[in-house]
Amino acid sequence: MQPWAGEVHRELARAGVRIVGYVPDAGHKRLIELCLADKSMRAVVLTTEEEGIGLAAGAWLGGARSVLLMQSSGVGNTVNVLGLLKTCGFPLVTIVTMRGEAGEFNSWQVPMGGGTQASFETMGVAVKRASAASEVAPLVAAALKADQATAVLISQKVIGIKSFQDQTNQ
Amino acid sequence: MKLHRRDVVKKLLEKRGDLLVIAGLGSTSWDITAAGDSDLSFPTWGAMGQAAMMGLGLALAQPKRRVLVITGDGEMLMGLGALATIGVQQPSNLTVVVIDNERYGETGMQTTHTAAGVNLAGVAKACGFKNSKVVTKNVPLRDIVHKTAGPNFLQIKVVAEKLPLVLPPQDGVLLKDRFRRALLGKAADSG
Repeated sequence: MQPWAGEVHRELARAGVRIVGYVPDAGHKRLIELCLADKSMRAVVLTTEEEGIGLAAGAWLGGARSVLLMQSSGVGNTVNVLGLLKTCGFPLVTIVTMRGEAGEFNSWQVPMGGGTQASFETMGVAVKRASAASEVAPLVAAALKADQATAVLISQKVIGIKSFQDQTNQ
Repeated sequence: MKLHRRDVVKKLLEKRGDLLVIAGLGSTSWDITAAGDSDLSFPTWGAMGQAAMMGLGLALAQPKRRVLVITGDGEMLMGLGALATIGVQQPSNLTVVVIDNERYGETGMQTTHTAAGVNLAGVAKACGFKNSKVVTKNVPLRDIVHKTAGPNFLQIKVVAEKLPLVLPPQDGVLLKDRFRRALLGKAADSG
């Protein structure tokens, strides 16, 4: 599963990403494992996605490049603090696995999934969407070069988790 | 003898050397400015609840420098999860100071949870901070900020008082860029 994870990890390493904030997520499971195993990266487990914005801002103040991994359900937790990126011109690259789209098995995921892109755009974060596994790493690489606030959304069909059993098996 | 916030913060920042400072929005940003603005201070005007997390990001990015977060009780309460996150990472160069007047100072001095007895230092200790205490007296704190292996947490009880505003620059891009240039030199400009 998640064949794109290795390619994304290589792009993070190539761009010199040193700090990886994450909220555990089945769709990001492989990428999180790769970052945790990489001695050049510090993977920081968060209690809520909002913390990842503060972490990224602090890291940038200190000269470290970072990335934030989360699921679309967490995007709503970040909204007020996303204003920090715009006000101060902090760059951010966040990679977001989508829920609430085609194939969703939990109806409670649908509202935030539907509001994810608009939430980012309302707060001035550029949104790029990967609709195929092969698109993920190039979009992440471009976002890392851009030094702006960018969210790369990975469509739920790319993640391919279609049931609670699938999720448990990740 | 009750402590006054401006005296406490001034002492915390005395002979600060190359200390890196983040301040939570509102009164603590005014306090660090009253003590003397510096390019190596990042006073915030928003992003409530994120001061400690910004301190963590900075401490991990700059492991050889000492990092001090000075924030208020209301700001800390909005991001309590950060204490658990810092507890997991154990940055030895980070100290979080909460200037605790038990009030939301910018919104009409309404009481915070600490007025009802919520013990932030107890939370920090339970989250794994190496040193964590409530400070109610005028005691030396310099070594904790500059030398003691952390993460360290100080909840400093102060008088609830309205003080003259001493405002830092509000331009966020300026605050970020001056900090990075002072810390990183020319490298700051190349991303």
